[in-house]
Amino acid sequence: MFIFIVLLGFTSYYFGRRKAYTIQSTNKRLTALPQFYGYYLAIWCAIPAFIIFSLWAIFEPTIVKLLILSDYSNQGYLDDELNLIYEKTKALSRGQFTGEITPFIEASAEKYLSLRSIAQSSKAVIVLSIIIASVAYAYKKISSNSRTREPVEKFLKAVLFTASLAAILTTVGIVFSLIFQTIDFFKVIPLFDFVFGTHWYPAKAFVRDSSEALDPTMYSDTFGAVPIFAGTFFIAFIAMCVAIPIGLMSGIYLAEYASVKVRQYAKPLIEILAGIPTVVYGFFAALTVGPFLKEIGNSMGLDVSAESALAAGGVMGIMIIPFISSLSDDVITSVPQSLRDGSYAMGATKSETIKKVIFPAALPGIVGSILLGVSRAIGETMIVVMASGLAANLTLNPLESTSTITAQIVVILIGDQAFGDPKTQAAFALGMSLFLVTLCLNIVALRVVKKYREKYE
Amino acid sequence: MKKNGVKMIKINSKNVDVYYGKKQALFNINLDIEENQVTALIGPSGCGKSTFLRCLNRMNDVIDICRVKGQIIINDFDINDKSCDVVRLREKIGMVFQKPNPFPKTIYENISYGPTIHGMAQSKNEMDEIVETSLKKAALWEEVKDRLHEPGTGLSGGQQQRLCIARAISVKPEVILMDEPCSALDPIATAQIEELIDELKKDHTIIIVTHSMAQAARVSQNTGFFHLGELIEHGSTDKIFKNPENKKTQDYITGRFG
Repeated sequence: MFIFIVLLGFTSYYFGRRKAYTIQSTNKRLTALPQFYGYYLAIWCAIPAFIIFSLWAIFEPTIVKLLILSDYSNQGYLDDELNLIYEKTKALSRGQFTGEITPFIEASAEKYLSLRSIAQSSKAVIVLSIIIASVAYAYKKISSNSRTREPVEKFLKAVLFTASLAAILTTVGIVFSLIFQTIDFFKVIPLFDFVFGTHWYPAKAFVRDSSEALDPTMYSDTFGAVPIFAGTFFIAFIAMCVAIPIGLMSGIYLAEYASVKVRQYAKPLIEILAGIPTVVYGFFAALTVGPFLKEIGNSMGLDVSAESALAAGGVMGIMIIPFISSLSDDVITSVPQSLRDGSYAMGATKSETIKKVIFPAALPGIVGSILLGVSRAIGETMIVVMASGLAANLTLNPLESTSTITAQIVVILIGDQAFGDPKTQAAFALGMSLFLVTLCLNIVALRVVKKYREKYE
Repeated sequence: MKKNGVKMIKINSKNVDVYYGKKQALFNINLDIEENQVTALIGPSGCGKSTFLRCLNRMNDVIDICRVKGQIIINDFDINDKSCDVVRLREKIGMVFQKPNPFPKTIYENISYGPTIHGMAQSKNEMDEIVETSLKKAALWEEVKDRLHEPGTGLSGGQQQRLCIARAISVKPEVILMDEPCSALDPIATAQIEELIDELKKDHTIIIVTHSMAQAARVSQNTGFFHLGELIEHGSTDKIFKNPENKKTQDYITGRFG
């Protein structure tokens, strides 16, 4: 049916264009290019049909359900039971029903099938007639002085607008679902306990018998987020300790020292690092780096956990290197050559020029790239889940295991979840705080980058 | 300026060839620059006058594909020799560019940049003094003395260019190279810079590349005319403008081409 409408749309495009050509051949001047007449007709063909089509798809199941269940309406069933009957009917009509078949349900299933076939054929008839009517209307309207360009342009604008609206609405929807679930969570767990509590042990909420009444006091020492916030920032800090120096220095090398040939190969190579899936980094950290660090630590007499913050942070740092390197390379390259010339002409050496002129000029952009790197480090999930452990220790020892916000969200939401349970809502609260942190970082980073752009363009 | 009736030659270039990759940009340039005089280099676009200027402080080193051959002798020393220290050379030979290019730093830091990297000031007071005299010499002091610690990029175009001149003279160079210093400026700012050039030639030897023949006539004592990478004619500005020997020079001066 869908394909059919699209085909009809194409056909009407050709009809519209042909009519325009015939008008043109009678030496009349058209108000638009012939293609516009084709588009005009195609839009008239497809849009009303699609509207009917989608309305039908939305309302058909509801109406069919009402009709089926009207047979049972006087027999005192509960809503839940009615739903069950409807599901049984549908299953039977598809031949997938395995339970006991009662004559009632058999009758409903037959009725269901007949209703569906009526609906199908009437839908086809209606859509087809709508298409014919609207195309005929539009086709008649096409003449040498009819306006077709404006409606087509307006239509395109509307399509583009809808697309951007969809993107924005989805974001807004996500944010709102975060906000409402977070509010629900804080109804049970006081905000103070969440922000300042130092004990995170959501497993305690797993063992609750769901038939028991919810007792907030029981969670008083369960959802203290300090350890995982600390863990998040700690691991991000380790990551940045690796990523900033290496990324920045390689960026400076690529932009200032590397010859064209080296740059040509080195830059894509570094960018390949950015293309490696984080899962791969994750098992690299968990299976290679972690045990390696443990071995080294043991040989030096240190007690190193196999899942250490150092391993996760270090590998995460490697993951972020290409971002910082590539962004700072771009920023440094965009510093005007005239500044370099000015500095060299004063007798400055290359390193003096970089240190005193180029670096300060590029600093806002470099800070922006670092902040983007930090927000990535904080939001990174796979590496920490695999390599940093899941127990929320409050520690500043890089050799012990810690956990992060993202890893805890994974822990909480893996497997079966109960909605409205503090455990599940805790994930939303964590997600919300994560979202706020990265949002702030991104806003600051974009501001800084923008400020820098204004200066040189 | 004459010493015992003999003109002092500051820069002496012999058989200078410049190549960009395989393309030769300058052909066998022999040009002497007199001390404490303004020498103007004129010629149509792409004739190599800026390239020659950039040879004099080895700024062409910055361009990977550029090669310079021949001798350029300054103070009895060939600057194209391997033993030449480019940092010292550029301290002696300052440069002002076509577009004002102040560093994105404060006015004070723009001036103190050169003296700092060459270790010329021992104390803060000394540095203050260098900044003040440089700005005064560049006729900018009165305009900026109250805002030395504001960014140099906030000045007007003409002020920025004078700031760049002040930056160039802060390290007390013997020679100042100017590459079309007024091409991005309005007539009033241009007049200020020209006045300044006249003032500066007391202490410095100045070589200026310009597209404006009127400017060459106004500010310079000597002129060299370049065409297609060759030095066609050089001599005193009076002679070049009033009585040129070469037909091409005459055509260019009178505006018949270029």
